[in-house]
Amino acid sequence: MSAAPTGAMPAITYNFAYLDEQTKRMIRRAILKAIAIPGYQVPFAAREMPMPYGWGTGGVQVTAAVLGPDDVLKVIDQGADDTTNAVAIRGFFEKTAGVATTTATREATIIQTRHRIPETALSEEQILVYQVPIPEPLRFLEPRETETRALHALAEYGLMHVKLYEDIARHGHIATTYAYPVEVAGRYVMDPSPIPKFDNPKMDDCPALQLFGAGREKRIYAIPPYTSVRSLDFDDHPFRVQRFDKPCALCGAEGVYLDEVILDDRGGRMFVCSDTDHCEGRQAEGHVGEMGVAGGSPSPRPSSPRGEGVAGGTPHLSPRGGGRPVGAGEGASGAEKLP
Amino acid sequence: MLSQAESASREALAPGFADAVFDAQAAFGAVMWAMARPGLTRAMPVHLAPPAPLAPEAAAVALALCDYETPIWLDPALAASSEVARYLRFHTGAPLTADPAAARFALIADPSAMPDFSVFAQGSPDYPDASTTLVVQVEKYRDDGLLLEGPGIRGRLGFGADPLPADIAARLRANRALFPRGVDLVLAGAGRVAALPRSVTVLEG
Repeated sequence: MSAAPTGAMPAITYNFAYLDEQTKRMIRRAILKAIAIPGYQVPFAAREMPMPYGWGTGGVQVTAAVLGPDDVLKVIDQGADDTTNAVAIRGFFEKTAGVATTTATREATIIQTRHRIPETALSEEQILVYQVPIPEPLRFLEPRETETRALHALAEYGLMHVKLYEDIARHGHIATTYAYPVEVAGRYVMDPSPIPKFDNPKMDDCPALQLFGAGREKRIYAIPPYTSVRSLDFDDHPFRVQRFDKPCALCGAEGVYLDEVILDDRGGRMFVCSDTDHCEGRQAEGHVGEMGVAGGSPSPRPSSPRGEGVAGGTPHLSPRGGGRPVGAGEGASGAEKLP
Repeated sequence: MLSQAESASREALAPGFADAVFDAQAAFGAVMWAMARPGLTRAMPVHLAPPAPLAPEAAAVALALCDYETPIWLDPALAASSEVARYLRFHTGAPLTADPAAARFALIADPSAMPDFSVFAQGSPDYPDASTTLVVQVEKYRDDGLLLEGPGIRGRLGFGADPLPADIAARLRANRALFPRGVDLVLAGAGRVAALPRSVTVLEG
């Protein structure tokens, strides 16, 4: 024991990236098997983390297991670097690992994400770590783990197609807008986590390594780089992503995912990039949307809750309904052009 | 009582990672990227001096990934050396097993005499991850011999390593046919690692 001054608390220190080495080895072995069997959910002994379930405990454990001292970490929550979950996790790793952090997608070697894939194309040598609430895509169709395990073993995914078909029967189109199921490398059907289906095409043939961590459900899965990821659909109802009527109100970007922001109580609203880094980067390059400010620094982002649906006002992090996302995907459904 | 030779060798136990945290992370990182990009070699940044015939690169893989949860199987070339067993036991705490089907990791120093993949744990249809990872010591890598395709490979990729069994292509094809069951290979040697996970398809070779 070092001689601390009487009455002073000794400084608390952690092993690098918080987890002990045996835990890291266990997670690392799970990650290797996950990469070798793309889309298969590898069980792992998830630890309790100093944050509640639903706040990214799975993603944090995966990040802690792969993180090295030279890595540059970016954390996003529904595309934003400046929301509570992103700030808290970034601070967690700054404190426990001392690694460099960034908000720039291009500079990051590891990007931990909740419910978005960055608009900037990812590159080789980057790792995208997803926070996953419910890893089992069949869970709401078949509650028994023993059964869903057998369905995966047999590659029996008829249930999922029935669900999508029932969407068509009821709504005339596939109404699933987030956590849209994908087939990985022609074998396993996988939950891509509650990203908007807008982001699904980015997973296909992606140069980056994609790792998924579900802390409460104790599962890790992966998509290696350059792997086929196909969103399930039908010949006569092909998969299609959301489209938006207007470009981003701040940076004028088109072909990006937009969040609706309520401006007042008289129906005023704007649609802005969900990806804050992408939006700020475009503004710095001089792109201006209809409500942006030309010249100078990026416009201050509205302070009303972002990434939420018309109902708004629900905290980003609430794992309401067993960790189902609040607002993810439906956030801009008002702007979705329905077929 | 220990003989003089034995006690001398006990004093000379080769060291493990100089830095248990960062060396393990670096070694794992090399294996992870090798597994994510089958057929591409990756520099092994950690340099160990394990007892022969255990190769430094294979030792780094073992020390980074093995512990009391992972029984290790040694091929006859490695099992013949009590120094290797002592080194692995001391630095990893992993039990050594003579039953390849019970092993989570298999270390193979003499690939030409490698047993058939079917003797190792293949995983089950429900739990395909419960299979053996084979760490195979090689001396050099080539960009021909096998033509590979599959997850992690951009298009197609030529790959080879020496020494490997003459029928490696047939073995890998049989392994792929079991997918999602099957073993995963980590090749280690010449300062680098590469991987041939079960997801790899051998087109030619």
